[in-house]
Amino acid sequence: MKTFRIGGVHPAENKLSAREPIKVAELPKVAVFPMGQHIGAPAVPVVQKGDKVKVGTLIAKPAENALSTSIFSSVSGTVQKVDTVVDASGYKRPAVYIAVEGDEWEESIDRSDKLVTLKDKPELTPESIIEKVKNAGIVGMGGACFPTHVKLMPPQFKPQWVIINAVECEPYLTADHRLMLEKADEVLVGVELLMKAAKVTKGFIGIEENKPDAIALLTEKCKAQHPNIEVVPLKTKYPQGGEKQLIDAVVRRQVPAPPALPVSVGAIIQNVGTAYAVYEAVMKNKPLFERVVTVTGKRLKHPSNFLTRMGTPMSQLIDACGGLPDGDAKVIGGGPMMGKALVNTDVPICKGSSGVLILSGEEARRKEAQPCIRCAKCVGVCPMGLEPYLLATCSDKKMWDKVEVEGITSCIECGSCQFTCPSNRPLLDLVRMGKQTVMNNIRARQMAAKK
Amino acid sequence: MSKLIVSLSPHVHSGDSVQKNMGWVIVALAPALICSFISFGVGAIITTAISVAACVFFEWAINKFMLKNPKCTVCDGSAVLTGILLAFNMPSNIQPWIVIVGALFAIGIVKMTFGGLGCNLFNPALAGRAFLLISFPVEMTTWPKPGQGFGAYLDAETGATPLSIMKEAFKSGDASVLEKLPSFQDMMFGNTGGCIGEVCAAALILGFIILLVKKVITWHIPVSIIVTVAFLSLVLDNHTGILSNANPVFTNPLTEVLSGGLLLGAIFMATDYVTSPMSKKGQLVYGVAIGFLTVIIRTFGAYPEGMSFAILIMNAFVPLINNKFKPKRFGEVPAKK
Repeated sequence: MKTFRIGGVHPAENKLSAREPIKVAELPKVAVFPMGQHIGAPAVPVVQKGDKVKVGTLIAKPAENALSTSIFSSVSGTVQKVDTVVDASGYKRPAVYIAVEGDEWEESIDRSDKLVTLKDKPELTPESIIEKVKNAGIVGMGGACFPTHVKLMPPQFKPQWVIINAVECEPYLTADHRLMLEKADEVLVGVELLMKAAKVTKGFIGIEENKPDAIALLTEKCKAQHPNIEVVPLKTKYPQGGEKQLIDAVVRRQVPAPPALPVSVGAIIQNVGTAYAVYEAVMKNKPLFERVVTVTGKRLKHPSNFLTRMGTPMSQLIDACGGLPDGDAKVIGGGPMMGKALVNTDVPICKGSSGVLILSGEEARRKEAQPCIRCAKCVGVCPMGLEPYLLATCSDKKMWDKVEVEGITSCIECGSCQFTCPSNRPLLDLVRMGKQTVMNNIRARQMAAKK
Repeated sequence: MSKLIVSLSPHVHSGDSVQKNMGWVIVALAPALICSFISFGVGAIITTAISVAACVFFEWAINKFMLKNPKCTVCDGSAVLTGILLAFNMPSNIQPWIVIVGALFAIGIVKMTFGGLGCNLFNPALAGRAFLLISFPVEMTTWPKPGQGFGAYLDAETGATPLSIMKEAFKSGDASVLEKLPSFQDMMFGNTGGCIGEVCAAALILGFIILLVKKVITWHIPVSIIVTVAFLSLVLDNHTGILSNANPVFTNPLTEVLSGGLLLGAIFMATDYVTSPMSKKGQLVYGVAIGFLTVIIRTFGAYPEGMSFAILIMNAFVPLINNKFKPKRFGEVPAKK
């Protein structure tokens, strides 16, 4: 069974909601759309207080001359205000508030369930697909939120493959798994669209072996209808969903250290949720305004998967699963390995919200750190071949030049080191601090060199 | 309203802990202790108990009264482990006060002076043994004979160990001395003279398997040491002709591997987390160097036993090895097409 070649861990999977069919979440009373829900510059609002919007109306356009994308309303109603909201990062960000009235969609959106394949639309060209993807505000839906149209137009390299990230290596999360089971045909057409847009003839779908039903279903469908797409079963190991790890696992190529991009070895990675969004945008004219969100936790009454409109507050989803358990809890946007702990439960669902996880009791707290016993387990599990113990200690001692030489900017912040540390040391906290400082130093040097 | 807890990712932990690792090493050492009790009697248990008690006491006392640290450092189990390993490197008929002096040196000087767990440069148990070997050469090299009943302790009858027999043969150049060597079966199951922890190869190998299965250690250090020692003693064998003038006596590689502290050292002492290298490459280099030094000391040195000195010498090189041998970085070498 294929997997990536360096390091990795296997946390308890806890896929509590794997058998829960996707339910449609109730509409919120007020939907909140942060303007910065993608990598790059925040979008610019094009609506004002009092404006009427429908489901699918453009409410913010991409910032000019910058990496950015559009945002669409997921509800119909009246713009209440353009203000700020505390988003998953914990900071206040500009946001548009819309009071919900009814559920009226833009007429241009095809709301039928009928599957549209590439044969039905022979007029599609790579350029027209990318244009539609761009105009639908699609970003990488695995959590990184990189604008998809930019990724499909690599500047100097010619891609060879599109690799679909369907590993869902984060424990607890099942949104991608359910999407593959329930929307397999749509996802596969989406993959074909991505391949056509990137002008490649070979596509791979990487799925971990803990989802045998999805592997079986997609393999069968690919054999019958999509001979140029290959399903690649992968050994269950974290962080296989990391772009570089997935490329290594599927096509055995290793992307060099930053600033090299994955496409430099010929691969474009897209999340399975993104493939579905691309299908809907291109074939159904539906911009990105809803997504599947896993709401889960061991002490939650009914862990579930919801098809959720963007802007819905997380508290509403948590209540639909039986409410927050008693006592102190940690609410995480995303999975337990890389997700962000939220400062309040009113944070709205955004394009990159793959899950809401509630850890409670003992699980929610870190254990006290003990001295490093130099067991080298962090070195053994680091998927980038780094030495976390060294990077953490040197960052703590502010030895910035040393950590730069030791490759701290290669760290993908997967947290495997801290997960495995028997002494419960805050390795990744320190490495993050070091990485950020080194990145700033590098940028400052580049600026100085330009002058 | 209950509070929300906020911290940076990752939000889950493997559940591994220092205590668990130390605990499994102690479990892995238990078969060797049981074998030693069968071979040498109650003396093996008493000496081990004294050593553990002394190590724990010294760490507790130093931590509380000299460092005034409110945290419980003996709770992590490392002092217990040092105590067991120190005792395992002594004959079972040794005077209790010598054991206590060794524990004071191991914990007081080698471990706590450097800053306690995780900071020591040398393996405390081995440094304690080396200190005692130099200070009390007679007591530390007077080994009891096995099979004197379960009551045997200070008054046990003493005899030679496989390594001292080999040394005698090397020195005299008389291969007939080697006929006194115990059989492989005796060395496998502890029916031979030696220190408490080193005589039963089968028990030590069982311990190795436990450590590997529980992922406490990896194979790199023990296997590289054992392979190096076996290979070098094959080369030094006079039937192959190499070095035959320097050493006219035949040494069987298996005898070298099964005798003395080699297995105990390779499996339990050289793999000590704190004093061994961090990368796999570094661990292999470290293991090969220990194996090489062991054979050199055993063949050409004054002491019959070379393992503990070889490990201590290589302990000093660990920081250099860590600087020189880095793990393979992701993407460093382009993958094959």
